[in-house]
Amino acid sequence: MGRYVVRRLLQMIPVFIGTTFLIYYMVYQLGGDPISAMFGDKGADPVFVRLKREEFHLNDPLIVQYWYYITDLLQGNFGTSFNGRPVAEELKRAFPVSIRLAMIAFAIEVVIGVGLGLLSGLRRGKLADTMVLAGTLVVISIPVFVLGTVAQFWLGSEWGIFEATASVGDPTWSQLVLPGLVLGSLSLAFVARLTRTSVAENMRADYVRTATAKGLPRRRVVTRHLLRNSLIPVVTFLGADLGALMAGAIVTEGIFNVDGVGRLIYLAVTKHESSTVVGAVAALVMIYLVMNLIVDLLYAVLDPRIRYA
Amino acid sequence: MRGTTRVKWVVGVAVLGLAATACGSSSDDKKDDKGGGGGSNGLPAGYFSAYSTEPQNPLQPANSNETGGFYPLQLMFRGLYTYDSKTGQPVPAMAESVESTDSINYTVKIKSGWTFHNGEPVTAKSYVDAWNWGALSTNKQINASPWFEKIEGYDAVHPKEGAPTSKELTGLKVVDDKTFTIKLVQAYSSFKASLGYVVYSPLPQEFFKDPAKYGEAPIGNGPFQLDSANGGWNHKKSLTVKKFDKYAGDDKPKSNGVQLQFYTSYDAGYTALRDNKLDVIDQIPTSAIGSFKKDLGERAIEAPQFSIQKIGFPLYDAGWGAPGKEKVRAGLSMAIDRASIVKAIYKGAEQPATDWLAPNIPGYSKDITGELTKYDPVKAKQLVKDGGGIPGGKLTIATNADGPHKEWVTAVCNSINEVIGQGSCEPKLYPEFGVARKDISGKKMTGAYRTGWRGDYPFPDNFLADVYQTGAASNDSGYSSPVFDDLAKRASAASDQTQAIQLWQDAEKQMVKDVPSIPLWYYVTKGGSSTKVSNVQFDPYGNPVWTEVTVK
Repeated sequence: MGRYVVRRLLQMIPVFIGTTFLIYYMVYQLGGDPISAMFGDKGADPVFVRLKREEFHLNDPLIVQYWYYITDLLQGNFGTSFNGRPVAEELKRAFPVSIRLAMIAFAIEVVIGVGLGLLSGLRRGKLADTMVLAGTLVVISIPVFVLGTVAQFWLGSEWGIFEATASVGDPTWSQLVLPGLVLGSLSLAFVARLTRTSVAENMRADYVRTATAKGLPRRRVVTRHLLRNSLIPVVTFLGADLGALMAGAIVTEGIFNVDGVGRLIYLAVTKHESSTVVGAVAALVMIYLVMNLIVDLLYAVLDPRIRYA
Repeated sequence: MRGTTRVKWVVGVAVLGLAATACGSSSDDKKDDKGGGGGSNGLPAGYFSAYSTEPQNPLQPANSNETGGFYPLQLMFRGLYTYDSKTGQPVPAMAESVESTDSINYTVKIKSGWTFHNGEPVTAKSYVDAWNWGALSTNKQINASPWFEKIEGYDAVHPKEGAPTSKELTGLKVVDDKTFTIKLVQAYSSFKASLGYVVYSPLPQEFFKDPAKYGEAPIGNGPFQLDSANGGWNHKKSLTVKKFDKYAGDDKPKSNGVQLQFYTSYDAGYTALRDNKLDVIDQIPTSAIGSFKKDLGERAIEAPQFSIQKIGFPLYDAGWGAPGKEKVRAGLSMAIDRASIVKAIYKGAEQPATDWLAPNIPGYSKDITGELTKYDPVKAKQLVKDGGGIPGGKLTIATNADGPHKEWVTAVCNSINEVIGQGSCEPKLYPEFGVARKDISGKKMTGAYRTGWRGDYPFPDNFLADVYQTGAASNDSGYSSPVFDDLAKRASAASDQTQAIQLWQDAEKQMVKDVPSIPLWYYVTKGGSSTKVSNVQFDPYGNPVWTEVTVK
């Protein structure tokens, strides 16, 4: 088990270098001059453009630019954005916000999603099952900006149950509940449906029949035997989803005024600011890799038949 | 049974997550009261909040070309002039007098009694040093060129190639504490009117010790000063300023302070304003344009803007640029029923255009374009026919679909279709602004396009020379008329303003003949305020009149 983890961690190094280069290359390929773009519609000052391009090595070939970037990065320097502010500061500000938002969304989708899935899986074909299926279908089919705006208007502004907008920069936990709910709702629907299918299938499995036959109480059969085995596909989904919750929340972030990683990357991409994009995405890649590892390790926990050596 | 305990752990994490949210909400509510989030209720007494965005660059007067950086500078600095909040005309602020006999050499006398927020008196040197620093290319000030290039010696401090050969503009000279002289490269009749722009602000000696550090916490001479006790510039969150008690200008603030809050989008800001958590917003998001007057009631604000909406033509295109097609363009202009469109779409707030200049710009006239901007279906049809018909048989008007323009472009096309014949006009939608702009400024258009212009200072050259002179940076249509160019050159160089204005009007008469673009209507600022503030106004440049706002 220990060796397996070490091996997996070592594999992350080439993946990290590969992804950072790939992203750097993609931002480079976006074309257009990011410095001229700072002037918007108005004509750019060629002298300003020349001096800034020199400052940020923009006239050098891609590989040289990347070399400057990666050597700085290995020394713990994330570089500076075009306006001279350190990228590390930006990341330090945006990530905690997104992590908090993702945690809330994650908690909601795990607890409610698995709960609903279990309920409908156990009562297949009954009213509760139909309601869960219909409810999740509605959530899946409504675009997130509709869901977000409607929830914000009614639950936030009109009824005042939740706070409608977060304060910029440093949103509080309570301000993140509503965006977390909206953000988690789509995944919640998937989790519920995955759990339902898995539970319904495993209901007919031999080990469940055995457990019931040896006289275990139903509660114990369900939680210890049925649910545990049914969670494997759900855990796979959840592991990958955490990264998506952090980086892919840009629509939700926009509606609820949450200034997180999604918005940071979006703005940096529009400004062609490689150092910010690569820094943020590299951090996300690390999160994905670590989550993946955790998910793989969880398989062994959930299903004793799986072993890592 | 190793596995069983681990299952508990998985569920445990989920529960813990929920517990954390629950605790968080109670402890964080208190923090919220201290400010940052919720409108004037969370702010110190007499302060109000306003929508803004994070400044893109350090706060130095010549280093902002976006609203986010412009607002803080406007709050904390005052130059020689300021602009009247209603008419937009230059009003002396620090200027005792600015005199010139030839529009090239100016003698500036400044008023005494003005100090910076740190107590240092504002002198002629504060101006000259600031302008020299802003113009120097190695200081990389993003907004230096259009303003300082008019001053003699700019080429030496801001050379196209290589390092600057001088650190000072030869056109600037300190005479004594209260007097300095400016010599321009050539005569600019509009120079005086542009002196209210924030780039021409003075700087204290403190600035030159460490400009980068200063850019984080500027010390100005304006009506407000940075309020470090209440967070100052809290990056990506807010910027708070408080009233400067020793402010020597006439426009003393009527509130105790302002917090600019950096929202992520106008939609989010508008939601906060509707819920009374934000006090002033300077723009209504597209999604709420239709409903904001109903939503906000008396809190909805509209104010005229130095801003015009036009239809531009690719005069570089073989079809549209051909001689005689100006008749077609004039005909199309007369086929547009401006009054009805404005009434239907903007509920009458916008005013139909009768001039390429906005109202209140010196030289603006209600009849200079004559028939060109009057709805006349019969004549319109005749002119289009006389001009040999629309090039390509159909007029397309390009616009970006991500803004609020699609509606009126469709309305304009309907009007043209009714007059000229069905199928003669059609909107062409671009997915986003950036893409449309790229084709327009790259001169790749084959049909008409929507175009707008917002003034920086109140003088005709800002609306005409910058857009229609041959080779001007924003001349997207490729319009080039020797008559216009000659009049424009003479108008720019005129030694007095009345003469300049007369020449600009003559230049416009040439435009009426050539119809390089079709003027449609003048924009109004659409904003809003909360119930906690009153007297919220917007000046013709679309900026809130910061000093006039009162907190209830």
